[in-house]
Amino acid sequence: MTQDGDGLRDSSMEGSELHRRLTAIWSTPSGLWGALSTVDHKIIGRRYVTTAFVFLALGGVLSLLIRLQLAQPEARFIGPDRYNQIFTMHGTNMMFLFAVPVMQAMAIYLVPLMVGTRNIAFPRLNAFSYWVYLAGGLLLWIAFAVDTGPDVGWFAYVPLAGPEYGAGKRADIWAQMITFTEVSALAVAVEIVVTVFKQRAPGMSLDRIPLFVWSMLVTSFLVIMAMPAIMVASSSLILDRLVGTHFFNPAEGGDVLLWQHLFWFFGHPEVYIIFLPAVGMVSTIVATFTRRPVFGYLGMVMALIATGVLAFGLWVHHMFVAGLPRLGESFFTASSMAIAVPAGLQIFCWLATMWAGRPVFKTPFLFVIGFMVIFVIGGLTGVMVASVPFDTQVHDTYFVVAHFHYVLVGGAVFPLLGAVYYWFPKFTGRMMSETLGRWIFGLIFTGFNLTFFPMHILGLQGMPRRIYTYQPEMPWSGLNLFISLSAVILALGFLLFFVDAIRSARSGSLAPANPWGARTLEWATSSPPPPYNFARLPVVDRLDPLSDDIEAVPVASGLRVDRRELLTSSVVHASPEAREASPGDSIWPLWAALASTLMLIWSIFSPWAVVWGSIPLAITLIGWFWPKGVPEDEA
Amino acid sequence: MKTHRALPLSVLVLASGCGGYQSALGAKGAPAIHVEHLIVGIVAVCTVIWILVMMMLVLALVRARRSVASQATGSEKPLTVAVSAAIAATVVIIAGMTIASFYTTRNIGLPDSTALTITVRGQQWWWQVFYADSPAGPGFQTANEIHIPVGRDVRLRLESPDVIHSFWVPSLAGKQDLVPGRTNSLLLRAEKPGVYRGQCAEFCGLQHSHMAILVIAETQAAFEGWAATQRLDAAGSADPDIAAGQASFMAKPCAACHTVRGTPAGGTTGPDLTHVGGRRTIAAGLLETTRGSLAAWIADPQTLKPGNNMPMVPLTSIELRNISAYMESLK
Repeated sequence: MTQDGDGLRDSSMEGSELHRRLTAIWSTPSGLWGALSTVDHKIIGRRYVTTAFVFLALGGVLSLLIRLQLAQPEARFIGPDRYNQIFTMHGTNMMFLFAVPVMQAMAIYLVPLMVGTRNIAFPRLNAFSYWVYLAGGLLLWIAFAVDTGPDVGWFAYVPLAGPEYGAGKRADIWAQMITFTEVSALAVAVEIVVTVFKQRAPGMSLDRIPLFVWSMLVTSFLVIMAMPAIMVASSSLILDRLVGTHFFNPAEGGDVLLWQHLFWFFGHPEVYIIFLPAVGMVSTIVATFTRRPVFGYLGMVMALIATGVLAFGLWVHHMFVAGLPRLGESFFTASSMAIAVPAGLQIFCWLATMWAGRPVFKTPFLFVIGFMVIFVIGGLTGVMVASVPFDTQVHDTYFVVAHFHYVLVGGAVFPLLGAVYYWFPKFTGRMMSETLGRWIFGLIFTGFNLTFFPMHILGLQGMPRRIYTYQPEMPWSGLNLFISLSAVILALGFLLFFVDAIRSARSGSLAPANPWGARTLEWATSSPPPPYNFARLPVVDRLDPLSDDIEAVPVASGLRVDRRELLTSSVVHASPEAREASPGDSIWPLWAALASTLMLIWSIFSPWAVVWGSIPLAITLIGWFWPKGVPEDEA
Repeated sequence: MKTHRALPLSVLVLASGCGGYQSALGAKGAPAIHVEHLIVGIVAVCTVIWILVMMMLVLALVRARRSVASQATGSEKPLTVAVSAAIAATVVIIAGMTIASFYTTRNIGLPDSTALTITVRGQQWWWQVFYADSPAGPGFQTANEIHIPVGRDVRLRLESPDVIHSFWVPSLAGKQDLVPGRTNSLLLRAEKPGVYRGQCAEFCGLQHSHMAILVIAETQAAFEGWAATQRLDAAGSADPDIAAGQASFMAKPCAACHTVRGTPAGGTTGPDLTHVGGRRTIAAGLLETTRGSLAAWIADPQTLKPGNNMPMVPLTSIELRNISAYMESLK
């Protein structure tokens, strides 16, 4: 109480003194303990991104195995049991361990910087979410390594995944992995919503929020609303399998289609959870490399929100051949078609921006151009499968495989790769290679189209998905061989990308604070940023607050420098409201994550784990929240 | 170039009219023809849209490159008008495609009341087919092969006793799931005689890949002839090999899972084998029916179709030869 919240302030402090004091209070101690207990959003964000890219590489290896097996008819390279595990792992890994986490990871790193604050909201929850995510990923991959990988598809339809037909613990591993990743995704979503609502730099009113931040805000709401559906589904599945409930057993009054409704009520928004962040990345890159703000800011924000709302009205188009009433199907045809309108609006706004701007053809922008070419195809095939009669012929065929790879790889991975090239200097302080970048773009773009475009034709020629082989008399062998060879080009592109990223992180040329001449706040600080992000918090008075001279950004002062402190502001106008302590490093999130992991894995085997496993979890949470007598504990 | 590519079934492919064997783009039945028109129409419209958008993209990038110096600082009004027009066009086109889709759904319609009804039960990993009693005679059961008369609506009742399957013969109609606990139905119709292949389209476990079905469309007379044969019990044979094969079949576990009408074999786990020798394929489209393929299948079903529910029954080579002869004789 002696300090009465009026500790040492930064108001009259010189730059070097300020830097010394802020570093002392915000930096993560070196060594293992420091690494395990850090709550710095930049360190955790980098960790998240790196881990997600490791999972991308692993998932990519699985896809090559799939292509190896399908290159020839009746190949005996991989048996059906292993093949079913492989394609299930590929989908599950890419959706739950790569696509969603990598987008949230980018946001964990970038959102606090882009809104001009010093750390993400709930930084310890952030650390916890990473450990839980890592544990879920390890659970899945270790299970696969010991031949217990899930083999029921990433959608785990019952009864195939139910107690009667899904033998062993494979489906339980899948269902529990869902729990891990959903807990971590929900935690991050909450952090981002609060960071965006309450920690924006003074003056960053709603109409000055960068489009990437808007996209992550909408995405986070989608996560919060969609994920509970899959948690209900996967928990009910575990109950059916472990304690003999009959949620999905038609013989006992359960319903097989209930699973599909729950799964797709989550599963369709999931597509937009992956795609909307990519939209934000595209907008950011387009603005920077056309040297002008994105055309139609208000329209872009409205399109994001409209997409987010419509995303919840489409799930039945995954069930068009399940035998639902015709009238209901018509509604979902119309709503699935309608989502093309906000998507189209965004495409047209980017085109208008390019039209009116002065494009600079650097690697990030090349990936955005690739995105436009590929995603428009994916969007148009999306309109096709929205039609019930059309869908009855292509549902569960390679046409759909082609479609969603065009949407997810074209619509999300291309922007993501562009975003990596774009923000790499901020993350690491070093530039990636522009020359290699062009090669990588060329290889991935060519390889992708050669690999996935022919799948449209295969689907129309009657080749179903998820088959481990096909008979020689079917007319599919030629295209399949062609696809498998093309996949090698695609894989080479990704290999080169990883080489470039690792090489550049070690020995790339040093990056200035704002190498691209961008206009958003993350570039207003050094590359990489100091532990406290901004020596003095920026003040925003327009949509693109940076000019060519980053020193010219107005700043706020008056924050304490003897404890971690940041500024909270109002939701609409971002008027400063209070100085708020930001929690310091703590090892407790790691212990809590370990206790959660113990309980969740144990509960695959015994329902009593939920009872006994909650004890260590409670202990770690008490340790987490127990006042430590540090300055950050003060109000 | 490889011998296995020249398997006899490829002859079937050619005989049934090139590529249309199992293809959404080789429609030979009214429902599939309506959908094929829709597919071609929507794909054409979408291709034009894609080309237009790509032209705009190229123009935007090239134009901007040329006029680096004269950066447009003027009004954004023309752009606003262009973007609004593009969005309006999107709305109109989307509405058009939605209406076209509804129109196609209506055209496909429902089977008429005089339609022949066939019950199909999808099982791991084969198709059980029931023909109901009719004025022509009592009902009967077969497997992995559906015969239908051409030019007539056929209503399939789709059921599943185990996991979800999906019935899909793309040349005749779009797919429909077989969902445990529910009965779905599908209108099937073939305009021309022919053999149309289909396969399970919903992932159903280990042998999802080998769960094919043949729909054989034939003239009304041929269909009735076939049905009359199917109604008959299995004929005995004086051939000593076949008789010995029958005896082995009854003595071994075979009869516990398979039915051969007219004999003590009454198992219901596996396909009804009363007329198995008359079917074109065995093991759900895996092999063409010959004495050799029957022997290969019986000798080692787990290598040919790993994970399927037929166990390997230990047999002497003579028993194997005789049982294969017996199976082949069940026309």
